[in-house]
Amino acid sequence: MAAIEVRDLHKNYGDNRAVDGVDFHVDDGEVYALLGHNGAGKSTVVEILEGHRSATSGSVSVLGFDPASGTREFRDRIGVVLQESGIEDEFTVREVIDLYASAYRSRRTLDEVIDLTGLHDKVDERVGSLSGGQQRRLDLGLGIVGRPDLLFLDEPTTGFDPSARRKSWDLIEALGAEGVTVLLTTHYLDEAEHLANRVGVLGAGKMIAEGTPADLIAGVSGTVVSFMLPQSVAVSDALATFGQVLDVDVRLSGRLIEATVDRATEVVHRATGWALDHDVELESLSVKRASLEDVFLQLTEQSNALAEQSDGEEQR
Amino acid sequence: MSDFPSSLALVARQTRYQLKFFTRVPIALFFTIILPLVMLVLFNALFDGNVQTDQGSWPTRQFYTGGLAAYTAVSATFTNLANMVPIRRDEGVLKRWRSTPLPTWAYIAGFICSAVVIAFVGAMLLLTVGVVFYDLSIDWAKMPAAALTFLVGVASFAALGMALASLIKSASSASAAANATILPLAFVSDVFIASDAGNDSMLTKIAGFFPLKPFVNAFQDCFNPFVEAPAVNWNSLAFIAAWGAVGMLIAMKKFTWEPSGAGPRGRSARRAAAAVDQA
Repeated sequence: MAAIEVRDLHKNYGDNRAVDGVDFHVDDGEVYALLGHNGAGKSTVVEILEGHRSATSGSVSVLGFDPASGTREFRDRIGVVLQESGIEDEFTVREVIDLYASAYRSRRTLDEVIDLTGLHDKVDERVGSLSGGQQRRLDLGLGIVGRPDLLFLDEPTTGFDPSARRKSWDLIEALGAEGVTVLLTTHYLDEAEHLANRVGVLGAGKMIAEGTPADLIAGVSGTVVSFMLPQSVAVSDALATFGQVLDVDVRLSGRLIEATVDRATEVVHRATGWALDHDVELESLSVKRASLEDVFLQLTEQSNALAEQSDGEEQR
Repeated sequence: MSDFPSSLALVARQTRYQLKFFTRVPIALFFTIILPLVMLVLFNALFDGNVQTDQGSWPTRQFYTGGLAAYTAVSATFTNLANMVPIRRDEGVLKRWRSTPLPTWAYIAGFICSAVVIAFVGAMLLLTVGVVFYDLSIDWAKMPAAALTFLVGVASFAALGMALASLIKSASSASAAANATILPLAFVSDVFIASDAGNDSMLTKIAGFFPLKPFVNAFQDCFNPFVEAPAVNWNSLAFIAAWGAVGMLIAMKKFTWEPSGAGPRGRSARRAAAAVDQA
């Protein structure tokens, strides 16, 4: 059964269509990441799923509940880590964990939460004295104190140093391994790539791409093979020569030969075969996977271009 | 899976938690509990002897102890809630609690119960100091009336505090509004000075329109030698309760959990925000 099921979701603020017909689902036990620029609609989608906002139209089912009804049973089974949300500064870490745990039916113990968040040294410190990263980890701790089946994480590692970030990833992976379903929004593409089973990219309120990180990368850009043009080949002959040798379209930027290809092994084989035959060294030979970041930029540029185009048409 | 904790246990825990918070915020403790005590000491030192009211002349200690105890109750409920609730909302704490299975009414109940406990402690402290140091005379036959008046007062002013917290979104303006309404009113409501303006004066009429003066006077009556037991002023209590009911209606209709800065409200504001986003 799908933990989250969203069909044709719309949310309008006046004339502004913040969410404009979004469909997606998240399977039980899956880690799903929503990507998008600020204002792309991802926070609105997540807040509708959490029950903090109502939809203009469309159907939403979360763990079989309608989140808009916001029942206690529903909130008992979800964990929410909001983007900007204070914790009572005047209390100690121990006190807030104890306090928030008291609201749930099934609770983690203080020790479990402390172990998972790594706040051992801070148990009896006041929340107000914690660093930003430590407060964020406590945030995460309060999100899982009620043993949720589904966890919403709105930009969970913003402001973390690299080691704290790695620790939070470990925590999220551990939760995923326990079977907790996670819906994550993030600005960090490497975070999505590292944690998510599937990724949805939102642009201007629409889902512009969806798939596993590897699918998205493969689908949009393929693999980039590149090397420096050998001395023995003249610049003017470069495109013709290597176009023929590699049997794909090649680009030349400066003295760098580049080709974006689907089957890199074959292309590399032809390139290195040619180099051996001619007894030359292919300097700076590299086979590089396009990163999710490239994909994201490419996709959102396309979507922005489309949006601008339609805006222009409306103005005329 | 076990059941949810009982409502009683949840409210008790929330109340304890709000009380613990109160003791950790020196400024709240000072303004609510200490300041009225300081005023009691000052007023007794400054205005020795008797106070002239339209009912006649009566001992300063009887007048000020009752009035300041009532004022403490109002500070602990109305001012305290109108300050704290918007602060918690701006911090995002209300929204965080809204995501948990704690029933929202239990969270609000914790706020209100803690305010009532603080009001009770503050008022008892004033009365005790009055009895021990200033020879305040207690007429036990009038104490049931004092308790009843106190209860109606704290319930109504708590509701009004929640109403103000619901109408005014940002923490800094809510705090300013609470003080700007209650302090000037206190001056014309027999808290700091006995008003000798007659019943027909404008000030008396203004003060009589709001619930503070009826509450202060009804509570003072329980310590007023000119008023016979049982000293229950039903008209005043009904008037205060009516204000409280209006406050509760406003609070129930207008209360928000979202921080004021979280989302632009109203069509035009949202459109403007959307335009900025796209720019």
